[in-house]
Amino acid sequence: LFWSGSTVAATMAEWSGLHSSTSRHTMDKSITLPPDEIFRNLENAKRFAIDIGGSLTKLAYYSTVQHKVAKVRSFDHATKATSDELYEISVQEEVTARLHFIKFENAYIETCLDFVRDHLVNTDTKVIKATGGGAHKFKELIERKLGLRVDKEDEMTCLIKGCNFVLRNIPHEAFVYAKHADSEFRFQTTQPDIFPYLLVNIGSGVSIVKVESEDKFERIGGSSIGGGTFWGLGALLTKTKRFDELLQLASKGQHTSVDMLVKDIYGGSYGSLGLTGDLIASSFGKSATADKGFPKEDMAKSLLHMISNDIGQLACLYAKLHNLSRVYFGGFFIRGHPVTMHTITYSINFFTKGEVQALFLRHEGYLGAIGAFLKGAEEDNPNQYSWGENYAGSSGLMSVSPDMNPMQRARSGTFDMLEMDRLERKLVNLPLLQDASSYIPDTVDLAEDALAREYWLYCFEEALDGVVKRALASQPDMPEAAERAEKFRQKYRHKLQTLRHQPFAYGSLTVRSLLDTREHCLNEFNFPDPYSKIKQRENDMALKYYQKVVKSLEELSWEERQFALIRGVLAGNVFDWGAKAVSDVLESEPEFGFEQAKRKLEERPWLVDSYDQWFERLKGPPHKCALFFVDNSGLDIILGVMPFVRELLSRGTEVVLASNSAPALNDVTNGELQILTESIAAMDPVIQAGLREDRLTLVQSGSSSPCLDLSRLDKVLAMVVRERKTDLVIIEGMGRAIHTNYYAMLSCESLKMAVIKNSWLADRLGGKLFSVVFKYEVPAAGHDSEALTPP
Amino acid sequence: MAFKGHQREDENIDEELTPTKQPRNEPDNEAAAPAGRDASERRSSNSTPRHRSDSVKKTRPPFPWFGMDIGGTLVKLVYFEPKDITAEEEQEEVENLKSIRRYLTSNTAYGKTGIRDVHLELQDLTLCGRTGNLHFIRFPTHDLPAFLQMGRNKHFSSLHTTLCATGGGAYKFESDFRTMADLQLHKLDELDCLIRGVLYIDSVVSSGPSECYYFENPTDPDRCIQKPYTLENPYPLLLVNIGSGVSILAVYSETNYKRVTGTSLGGGTFLGLCCLLTGCSTFEEALEMASQGESTRVDKLVRDIYGGNYERFGLPGWAVASSFGNMMSKDKRESVSKEDLARATLVTITNNIGSITRMCALNENIERVVFVGNFLRVNTLSMKLLAYAMDYWSKGQLKALFLQHEGYFGAVGALLELLHPA
Repeated sequence: LFWSGSTVAATMAEWSGLHSSTSRHTMDKSITLPPDEIFRNLENAKRFAIDIGGSLTKLAYYSTVQHKVAKVRSFDHATKATSDELYEISVQEEVTARLHFIKFENAYIETCLDFVRDHLVNTDTKVIKATGGGAHKFKELIERKLGLRVDKEDEMTCLIKGCNFVLRNIPHEAFVYAKHADSEFRFQTTQPDIFPYLLVNIGSGVSIVKVESEDKFERIGGSSIGGGTFWGLGALLTKTKRFDELLQLASKGQHTSVDMLVKDIYGGSYGSLGLTGDLIASSFGKSATADKGFPKEDMAKSLLHMISNDIGQLACLYAKLHNLSRVYFGGFFIRGHPVTMHTITYSINFFTKGEVQALFLRHEGYLGAIGAFLKGAEEDNPNQYSWGENYAGSSGLMSVSPDMNPMQRARSGTFDMLEMDRLERKLVNLPLLQDASSYIPDTVDLAEDALAREYWLYCFEEALDGVVKRALASQPDMPEAAERAEKFRQKYRHKLQTLRHQPFAYGSLTVRSLLDTREHCLNEFNFPDPYSKIKQRENDMALKYYQKVVKSLEELSWEERQFALIRGVLAGNVFDWGAKAVSDVLESEPEFGFEQAKRKLEERPWLVDSYDQWFERLKGPPHKCALFFVDNSGLDIILGVMPFVRELLSRGTEVVLASNSAPALNDVTNGELQILTESIAAMDPVIQAGLREDRLTLVQSGSSSPCLDLSRLDKVLAMVVRERKTDLVIIEGMGRAIHTNYYAMLSCESLKMAVIKNSWLADRLGGKLFSVVFKYEVPAAGHDSEALTPP
Repeated sequence: MAFKGHQREDENIDEELTPTKQPRNEPDNEAAAPAGRDASERRSSNSTPRHRSDSVKKTRPPFPWFGMDIGGTLVKLVYFEPKDITAEEEQEEVENLKSIRRYLTSNTAYGKTGIRDVHLELQDLTLCGRTGNLHFIRFPTHDLPAFLQMGRNKHFSSLHTTLCATGGGAYKFESDFRTMADLQLHKLDELDCLIRGVLYIDSVVSSGPSECYYFENPTDPDRCIQKPYTLENPYPLLLVNIGSGVSILAVYSETNYKRVTGTSLGGGTFLGLCCLLTGCSTFEEALEMASQGESTRVDKLVRDIYGGNYERFGLPGWAVASSFGNMMSKDKRESVSKEDLARATLVTITNNIGSITRMCALNENIERVVFVGNFLRVNTLSMKLLAYAMDYWSKGQLKALFLQHEGYFGAVGALLELLHPA
C-alpha cells in the first residue's frame, strides 16, 4: 500500500501529468536557441547522459576545454645574457576536463538533440546513459536523433551517485532554508565525511533512502503521500492543472478556514501537552461540517500543509530510527520552490524540536543526470579527482524560478547550466584545523550583511574597468583581446547583477566568492594571468634589493631584527594590485618603494597587536616546522617573506611555503616561486642550504584564489604538513588572513598578518587605511598533540 | 501544524477526541517542558499513582452517573442506569432524575442527531456496589447547545451531580455549561480518561462478543476473519486513537504512558476530503461510497510505473507509489467516479496512519497496537487495511488489535473518575 512512492515513480507520473502542457509548447520548438552559449565544447564531448523528468530534461557530458594558461620558465644560463629578466612568460594552450550539465524544458528536447547531433564531432561516442521517468518515453527519439544507443540506469542509483558527487565536490552545496531570516539560504560547510545521511526524495511519491557510503545505500521507507498527491488531489479540489500554479495558490491561501485547529476543539491550547491552539488537529477537518465552498487558495494551502507535515513527520521517524541527523530533501516537490522548502522545514523543526535540520541542495535538479553520467564514466573514474564549480559557466541557484518569475517559467527558453572543472589535484582539509566540520573559511557572509554586500558589490563593479584594462594590457600582441576583454566585462558585470538580486546563487556570498568568480570569468575569456608582466617586473626589481635588505637586517640586534622582519612582511604586503587604494598609488607613483611602504604602515600598537606575545615565544625553543601561506609577488614575497623565512630556517625551523597553483591577481604562483627561490638561493647560502637539506619546501596550495579555503587544499600539502609535524601556520595578506580565516581555529600556533588596504574594511574593523592586523594565537592546551595524530 | 486528532463519524458527525496527552497535569518535570509540543517525549515521565478507595457507599456520588467526552466532531456520553433501585429509593428519587433516566433509556435516538448505540450497551454491570446497565450515546458537537438547553429544561443542575467531562470541548464549552445550564464541569485530561476507559471496559466485558479482537490472516482476503483476543497482559502497547485527528500513545501501565506523536490526517480528513471531492455529507455516506469504489484508478501503483514489482527495493507491484497520483492526468481525472475517490481517500488516510504507527512501534520497540476511535466505527475496510499493513510491512511482527467500544473510552474514563477519583 502506501509508503512506496519512489522517485522513479515520481518522474514518470510527473511526466504524464505534464503531457498536455508539453504539447502546448510544441510551437516553441521553432524558437531559435542561442545554443553556442549553452551546449558548449561539444567538439570534444563524450560520455553523454540524459535525465528526463516530468517537465525538465537534464543533459550531461564530459568535454575537454582548451584554454590558455600562463607559464613561467627560467631562462637557462646560456641565454640569460640576452635579457635581464629572470624568467620568461609564455601563454600556452592547456587542456582541462570539464563536466557540462544543462537543464531545459522538455519542450526543447528535439531542438536540443538536433543541435547536439549537428555539433558532435567525436565519433567514438556510442552510448548515452539515460535515467528519469521520461527516459523510456523519449528513448526512440534520442536514438534516432543522436544515433546513440540509450542505456537506461536505475534512477535511485543515479540520484544517490549524483548526491554524493555534489556533496563532496561543491562547497556550500547544502543549505538550510529559513524564510524569515535575513538571508533565506544558510549554506552549510562541506563536511569532511558526508556519510551517513538520509535522502528524502519527494517525487509523486516519497522515497526515503539511507546512504552509508559511496556504494551502499538502502531505501528504508517511503510514503505514497507525495508531490503526486499534492498535484492530483490539488487538481481535483481546485480545478487548477499545473503544479506551479497550485503552489502559487497555496502560497496565497489561509489554511485555518479548512483545517480544524487545536483551538477549534479546546478553545485554546492543549496545555498539558504543550500543543498550541494554532496547531492543526485535523487536516480538512472543517470541510465536513461547513455547508459552504472554500476558496481554492485555502484548500491548496491546507493540502500543502497536510502533505509537507506528513512527509516531515515520516522523515523524522526514519531519521530517529536510524539515528541520522543529516536529512536532505529533493524531488520535484522541493525543486526550487521556496514554498515547499519552507513547509518542509517547518515540519521538521516541529517534529524534531530542532534536533534535525532539513537540508536542501543547490544542484538538486541535476543529481540524476550527474549520477547517470558518472555511471557511464566509470572507466575514467571521475571520483578519484576533485572537481570545482565553475562560476563563470554555471547559472547559479534559481536562475529559473517559478516563484520569482512565473511568466518566464511558463514558456521559456531559459537554460540552466552547471559546469564543473576537473582540478589538477585532489583537495583535502588542512590537517591542522581544530575542527574541520565547523570550519568556515569566510569571515563575513555578505548574504547576511546587507551593508557589506552593498559595499563589496559596488567595489567590485567599480574595479571592473581597471581589471579589463589590466587584462588587455597583458596581451598586447593579440588583436582580438579587446573583444574578449569586453565579453569578460559583460559577463562579470552580469554576475554581479545576479548576485545583487540573488546573493545565494553560488552558495554563501563572500568577498572570496566575488574574487573567485572574477578569476573564473577571466579564465573563461582566456585572460589566464593579467598580472603576469607586472609580477615579472616587480620580481626582477625586488630581487635586486634582496641582498641589501638581508644585509641591513643582519646588522640589527636579535631583538630589533625580529621586529624588523615582521615590519618587512607587513610592508611587503602593502604592495597589492588587488587592493584599490594601493593600485592607485602604484599606478601613479611607480617609484613607491619598500621604504615608503614601511612609512605608510601604522605604528604600534597596531589595530590587532599580539607582537609582544610572539616576541616572547621567539625567545623559546624554535618551532619544528612552519607552514607559510604566502600572498603577493614582488616586494612582498622577496623582500618581506623571504628574509623572514631565512630567519626561521636559521632558528632551526623547517619551512613549507604554500603558494597558489594557478594565478590570481598578483599573487605569487607556485611556478614563479620555484624560480624566485632558486634565484635567491643562488645569492643566499641560508636559503640554499634550506633547499638542499630539504628544510625549505615549496608546495602548491591547490588554490587559484586570492583567498584561502583551508578545507580545500592540495593533498600533497596536507601530507607534507603531517610528515613535518608542522606546529606553526603563518597566513599572510588581506585575502587569506582577513576576508578568510580571520576566525579560523587551528590546532597549532598560528600567525595571521595583514595590512588593511581598503578603507571601508578598515573602518569596519575600527582602524584606518594601512592599519595592521598581527594576530598570534596559541590553541588552548590539549590540541597540539591531537593535531599531529594522523586522521 | 499538524496533528493530533479528532475524528468524525456519521451523519451528525460524531467526534471523538483526540488530542493527545502526555503526562497528566501533575507537576511532572517533563510535562512542563516548554518544548513538549508534540511528538515523542521520552518515556519516564508521568506516572501518577492512582489509589482508588473502595470505601464505597460513603464516597459514592449521588445519581445520575454520567461520563462525557466532548471532541472536535462528536460528543460521547456514557450513562449508568441503575437496575437495582429499591422501592424506597424509587420513592425518594426526585422527579427530575427519574425523567432523565426514562428519557435516556427508553429512546435510541434523541432529537435529530443523538444516537444510542444499543449494541454496545453493557448490562448487569456492577459499579461502586450498584448494578445496572451502561449506555453509550453520541451526538455531534455542534448540537451541544441543544443538549445544554435540554439540561436546562430538565433542571439538571438541581441534582447536584458532578458532571465529569473530558475532550477539548470540556475546556472550550466550560463557560457555556455554566451560563446555559448552570452546570459546573469537572474537567479531565482526555488521554488519562482514554487509557482508563480502555483498560476498564476490557476488564469488565466477559459475556457477548469479546471486547478486543484482531483479524486472522490479514494478508489473505479470502481467509481474513475476525477473532477474539485476550488483552490479559497488555503492556507495553501502542494505543492509536483515530478521531478527527490521530494521537499515538505508548502505554506502559495504567498510569505510565506518553503521547508519542500524532497526525492531523485522521477521520476528519477522510470525511472532509470526501465531502469536498464527492459532495457527500456524512461519515456513513462516505464509507458507503468508499465500499463501492476502486482506489487503483485514482492512485498510481508501483506496477503502473514499473510494469510489475520494483525488485531493486522489494516493492510489490500492487503497492501505491503515489496516492492520487493518477489524478495528475486530466484524462484520468475525468474518468474516475466519486466512489473511486472516496475509496482512495479512505485508503490514503488509513495507510498513512498505518505507516506512522508502524514507525512509532519500531521506534518504541512495541509489538502490539490497539486502534480505537470513532473513525473505525462501522469501518471494517479500514480495520482490515490496518491489520494488513501492520502484518505485511512488519513481516508479521506487529499485531493490530481493535476494540468493540471504539470511540467511547474517553467518556467511560470520565465516568470512572466520578466514581473513583484518581
